[in-house]
Amino acid sequence: MEKSLELINTRIRDGNARVVTAEEMPAIVDELGDEGALEEVDVVTTGTFGAMCSSGAFFNFGHADPPIRMEQVWLNDVEAYAGIAAVDAYLGATQQSTTQGERYGGGHVLEDLVAGTMVELRAISRGTDCYPRRTITTELLLEDMNQAIMVNPRNAYQRYNAATNSTERTLYTYMGTLLPRCGNVSYSGAGALSPLSNDPQFRVIGSGVPIFLGGAQGMVIGEGTQHSAGSGFGTLMVTGDMKQMRQEFLRAATMTGYGVTLYVGVGVPIPVLDLDLVRSTAVRDEDITTEIIDYGVPSRDRPSLRTVSYAELKSGRIELVGEEVRTSSLSSYRKAREVAQELKTWIEEGRMELALPTRRIDPTRRARPMRETTRAPRVREIMDLDVVSVTEDEEIRTAARKLLKGETNHLPVLDRNGVLVGIVTTYDVSKAVVTDGRLRRVRDIMTRQVIKTYPEEPVDIAARKLEKNNISALPVVDATNRVVGILSAIDLGKLFGGRWQR
Amino acid sequence: MKLLVTFSRRGGRDPGREPIIARVVKETGVLINVEKAYIESMAGEVLIDVPDADAELVRQRMEEMGVAVRVLEDAISRDETECIDCGACISVCPQDVFSFDDEWRIQLQQGRCVLCGKCVRACPHQALSLQQ
Ligand code: SF4
Ligand code: SF4
Repeated sequence: MEKSLELINTRIRDGNARVVTAEEMPAIVDELGDEGALEEVDVVTTGTFGAMCSSGAFFNFGHADPPIRMEQVWLNDVEAYAGIAAVDAYLGATQQSTTQGERYGGGHVLEDLVAGTMVELRAISRGTDCYPRRTITTELLLEDMNQAIMVNPRNAYQRYNAATNSTERTLYTYMGTLLPRCGNVSYSGAGALSPLSNDPQFRVIGSGVPIFLGGAQGMVIGEGTQHSAGSGFGTLMVTGDMKQMRQEFLRAATMTGYGVTLYVGVGVPIPVLDLDLVRSTAVRDEDITTEIIDYGVPSRDRPSLRTVSYAELKSGRIELVGEEVRTSSLSSYRKAREVAQELKTWIEEGRMELALPTRRIDPTRRARPMRETTRAPRVREIMDLDVVSVTEDEEIRTAARKLLKGETNHLPVLDRNGVLVGIVTTYDVSKAVVTDGRLRRVRDIMTRQVIKTYPEEPVDIAARKLEKNNISALPVVDATNRVVGILSAIDLGKLFGGRWQR
Repeated sequence: MKLLVTFSRRGGRDPGREPIIARVVKETGVLINVEKAYIESMAGEVLIDVPDADAELVRQRMEEMGVAVRVLEDAISRDETECIDCGACISVCPQDVFSFDDEWRIQLQQGRCVLCGKCVRACPHQALSLQQ
């Protein structure tokens, strides 16, 4: 048996379509079987409410008198892209304020507008014969604009990697606060309630399909950027009229130490046309898995520590490397339910009819990494090969002499076999002299927890180590922990034009 | 119940060098649990946990010894209009203050909070703040 979309839409118009949320579907299928569920259910609604960084809106502000062709535009000091002439601009959610940094950004401007708050528009131009004006400052409400069209290039991720951190320090990431030594796991996504989990083959989710977006009726444009459904990470590009949206489904956020983002409520109704759609909408959290990725590894190909299901993640605790670890969600399951529930009400009340895709989204496509024509510089290329070091048995005085003679103020400390065991700085030596004259050997004053780098490590990562630890040099060691060079802030300065010098 | 004990070394007196907590424990027999201590050159702050019934007695004795004592209720506050019930705060809190109820709403067990501030920084919606 199959069901046509016309039949479903007729039932919606007549007010007798059977609509359920994706959360309710598995139990219905258990009870009635696939055939029975196909007969019973017309539409399954889905929902998700989480951080969707790749969001934003096009505005048309209307023409001023005398007219201006805006070249640079700011809304509440957050820059919008104005290369689309003359009084149009696109404001991205993650753009930060020039005056308030990460505390306020594009996401906040979008939320403020939807909440009915006045926003300051500032623009500059060089002035032309047809657009003589050079500057403008005005205050606008959402209703004052001709259009405010939300266009989110990458929303509604099918699923998302969960995150943990194996390093010794807390990381502040777009996956939230990650405690040291895998102290927690954070994840995102509504699991079985997520739109794309209910149609992973993109049979009915595609261009032109009506959706819930930020509280308004929106539409799927097509595949989202970074769409990689072939590896289980499909995305959608979506649009909707911001003037119809509501603040409860559009909430700005700041991931401290990372930046601004926007939480968006997205829901897609799925017409239950055949048995395959019955099965795909009966998906459970147990069936949807993701990887727990170690964000402590600063490279693109971060290792996965284990595979985990959304059911496990949602339980609040999982096992990771032999320990029980607590999980945190970044997206809101309560709000995801609200989205699916409201969408359900719209359809039950005949306020939204369904449509099939006018163009299908490729369910096999995979996103590729960037082609890089130049390789990011490595430590090997700029490190100083001329390393002055001391051994741990030597006297502090010897270390002092070496420090005085050399141009460095960092001495790697080696054991008898030439292996790195510590580091002493000019400061350590002076402090030893001033505070405790009885200390004799380098080993008594050296720092044993040495922060180091490797010849093949990208320079940006070494630079971040210097910055985060507030130090000015890193010993460079090989695989056997022997010192092969030293990297100082001055070496970095050569590369970055002095930016790293302290 | 949590008590926040603060003292200052300005003006010559220095209660910070006195074994105040030990003395109060000895005198009153109340078991005091020190949860956090933060001592600077000119001032200090110690967070202690005491049985509810004995809080008043402990507070009185400590104040007599020259330190300020404040009862901490609702140590951490959550702005309900900002909170979206994500749960990012749950796993960063060392004291298990946050949890979900059956409806996936966040709920707090205030009494456990030791004012470490981790959740304040972790909340993506800036909904949490520490009582000053
Ligand atoms: S301040 Fe610390 S102990 Fe208190 S609720 Fe926040 S994270 Fe938990
Ligand atoms: S992290 Fe903030 S927004 Fe999320 S549940 Fe906790 S208090 Fe609410």
